[in-house]
Amino acid sequence: MKLTVNGETHEVDVEDDMPLLWVLRDELGITGPKYGCGIAQCGACTVHMDGIAVRSCQLAAGDVSGDITTIEGLGTPSALHAVQEAWIDLQVAQCGYCQAGQIMQAASFLDLNPDPTDAQIDAAMSGNLCRCGSYPRIRTAVKSASSKLKRV
Amino acid sequence: MGRVKTIARRSFLIGSAAIAGGVAFGTYLYKRDGTNPLLADLKMGETAITPYVKIDAQGITLITPRADVGQGAWSMQAHLIAEELDIDPATATLISGPASAIYYNGVVGAESMPIAATSDTLLARTGRGAADVMGKLMGLHITGGSSTVPDLYDRLRMAGAVARETLIRAAMQQTGLPRNQLKTENGCVVLPDGLKIEYLDLAVLAADIEPVQDVTLRDPSQWRYLTKPQKRTDIVAKSTGTQIYGIDMVMDGMVYATTRTNPALGGELVGFDAEDARKMRGVQAVLPINGGVAVVADNTWRAFQAAQAVTCDWGPSPYIGDTADQFAAVAASFSDDHQDSQFKDDGDVVAALEGADVIEAEYRIPYLAHAPLEPMSVVVKMTETRLDIWTGTQIPRFVQANMAKLTGMDADNIHVHVLMSGGSFGRRLEDDYIGQAVEIAMQLPDTPIKMIWQREEDFTHDFPRPLAMARAKGIIKNGAVDAFDLAIAAPSVAESSLARLGQPAIGPDVAIVAGAWDQPFDIPNYRVTGFRTPAMVPISSWRSVGASGNGFMHESFMDEMCHAAGVDPLAERLRLCWHDPSRKVLEAVGEMSGWGSDLGPNRGRGLAFTLAFGVPVAEVIEVTNTDDGIRIDKVFVAADVGRVLDPVNFEAQVQGGVIFGLGHAMNCELTYKDGVAQQENFHAYEGMRLYQTPEIIVRGLENGEKLRGIGEPAVPPAAPALANAIFAATGKRIRELPLSKSIDFV
Ligand code: FES
Ligand code: FES
Repeated sequence: MKLTVNGETHEVDVEDDMPLLWVLRDELGITGPKYGCGIAQCGACTVHMDGIAVRSCQLAAGDVSGDITTIEGLGTPSALHAVQEAWIDLQVAQCGYCQAGQIMQAASFLDLNPDPTDAQIDAAMSGNLCRCGSYPRIRTAVKSASSKLKRV
Repeated sequence: MGRVKTIARRSFLIGSAAIAGGVAFGTYLYKRDGTNPLLADLKMGETAITPYVKIDAQGITLITPRADVGQGAWSMQAHLIAEELDIDPATATLISGPASAIYYNGVVGAESMPIAATSDTLLARTGRGAADVMGKLMGLHITGGSSTVPDLYDRLRMAGAVARETLIRAAMQQTGLPRNQLKTENGCVVLPDGLKIEYLDLAVLAADIEPVQDVTLRDPSQWRYLTKPQKRTDIVAKSTGTQIYGIDMVMDGMVYATTRTNPALGGELVGFDAEDARKMRGVQAVLPINGGVAVVADNTWRAFQAAQAVTCDWGPSPYIGDTADQFAAVAASFSDDHQDSQFKDDGDVVAALEGADVIEAEYRIPYLAHAPLEPMSVVVKMTETRLDIWTGTQIPRFVQANMAKLTGMDADNIHVHVLMSGGSFGRRLEDDYIGQAVEIAMQLPDTPIKMIWQREEDFTHDFPRPLAMARAKGIIKNGAVDAFDLAIAAPSVAESSLARLGQPAIGPDVAIVAGAWDQPFDIPNYRVTGFRTPAMVPISSWRSVGASGNGFMHESFMDEMCHAAGVDPLAERLRLCWHDPSRKVLEAVGEMSGWGSDLGPNRGRGLAFTLAFGVPVAEVIEVTNTDDGIRIDKVFVAADVGRVLDPVNFEAQVQGGVIFGLGHAMNCELTYKDGVAQQENFHAYEGMRLYQTPEIIVRGLENGEKLRGIGEPAVPPAAPALANAIFAATGKRIRELPLSKSIDFV
């Protein structure tokens, strides 16, 4: 089947029910999306399908119906997305393992809701687990990214 | 004087210098006994001035031997070296370095000794010295116990200074100028006329110079990085998906594996049927390993699927299998024949309790899983002559030794490459998962194998924080706490984990009473007794170890006593506290939180204090009792690490520690049935999520005499501060964790 990931089209030969996460990681070598739980409980595997945050551990390859963007496609160290900039400025990451998922969740959320309330941020980001407890900084970074995005 | 361009293509064995435990070793020692680990692997054109600094024509590499598990250890180690070497740490490459005795930990051993952090007696100093010697002799290359900064603060700055001075000496040879006309700046030696020679260009010359041993460390007033807000060296990688963890390593020809071992802990694999699994797409092998099976495939998910398709006949667990019985075993160990320690016995507790109005309470804490977000994962490759291991681990030298035992290979041929860990909280002090991958590699030589555990395997094969109980008795006299008798019973982490490392556990286990026996209070009759429950399921260190639960027991009872006496919990602790830095964190948190002011209806404030890993930490939590349950509004924390080297990471670690403490206290327990952990994934073990996270206000104090680490100390006071706040808001005293068993949270 064909998959478009970060603007590139790939032909992959996988079972329909293989979760997108493992297609990305093991077939395409894109390791930004992480495996944390495999059951939609942690959000470490979050990517975008046509700009909407999805849990790639739950999305079967056969059900992919749009363009996929991973953290690698959102921005790079030399061309950062505003959300990544905010994450760096506020030094959100501890172990960092959850952060690709956090950032993808935040980017999609802010795209849909550029000026969220605190309660909306809490609701949107609560599916993403951080075992290190970087939540206070995540909250601040989402707000900071929101004002950054409004300025551009 | 221009740039020196003649980088010879030869090996520069410059020799090396290290300051270890205050002793400077000469270069020749490392050359002679071969313990300088960098020299063995030096490539053409590289120079290793100390075991922590390597330079070649391309750049400077700093060796950061303490594992980064999220606490920021790599970045902090790099800043400590860079401060003296005079480079921008962001320009250096960081590597973990090989497993080596040179990188021993001289501080962590003292945690296992009954020495109060606040004690400076001759005995205490001797004990700490012995821990250093022990660490050195045993080559304890280990990360843990919030020890990275206290252990390496001098050593790494010294390594940076030795490298700097040696490079300056090279510049002196190059230019004929005396030392006092040269200075350094950002990776260069600067000549009086302003011309600069890059360190990289001096490396060749430096290689032939005996490292300068006699160096003076800079005065803190000259620091450029330390005590200033630092930019974590890994922050860009971790914000762009480019940080490589153990789970991300990729090698040519690599296969993907997973394992399934008996979920009934310690039980055998009686037999298995892999016929269906072997037929599944991409499956290359189903192999027996100790206690279970491994599946090797061409994709992790295919390996996961096939592992589920293997039918296994599991033997029973040899341990007490049900949590109710496990608690019964703990309860039964409050007896003379199980007494393990009584490090604290002030006044005459027995006499004080006699005939008086005794206040009694019993507390319980559950087993807890580490569950770092990166499940256990490792890449291994074994050939005839060497074994390479890439993973996140806190114990590279034990890995080396244990894998040597497992494979029969010489430890020198086993290379442990420590990668960034996606969390640990103590889980990576164990190497069971590495052993499994090596077992696979022994059956599939010459093939790189990436082994990843399914999250369910991770939860069901953790070595949890042990359960524990405390029985407390106290007396109030003239409106003050007069007698405080705390008996704590738990299985021994030291006994369990040292046995797996092939070491005996000698004497009492301090962890059973840590965070309780060593608190800086002058109570007239004050006793803390540890009772050792006979070993049950294997257990290990969990962020803040013994103090993680003992803080709850000690500080809950302290609160109960204060309420019984009708005294203010803050005022009474201040009255009882003899340790100045501890008093100051109590005072600070009182001031920060507006302690004593009226919060209004349905609200309450709780205070708790724990001194652990030498760091006094006081926390005040504000809660509201809403119609939907308890909501945590705010947390105020004051902690004293002697000197805050990085205010940004200090705050992050304190907040993370509070969240770790609160999330588990509210929502988490690991229970067993027939030796099988009943919580298999995060739906049953939520920890804290963003919507429950309060505002956490942090203040770092610097009154302590010694530098301390902050990865763990904020954890212990979180649970009791919350329980005490709930009592203040609702009148309900909860003596068992997780709190959600007794009360709802928003
Ligand atoms: S791995 Fe997909 S949500 Fe956890
Ligand atoms: S930073 Fe470690 S899990 Fe979020």
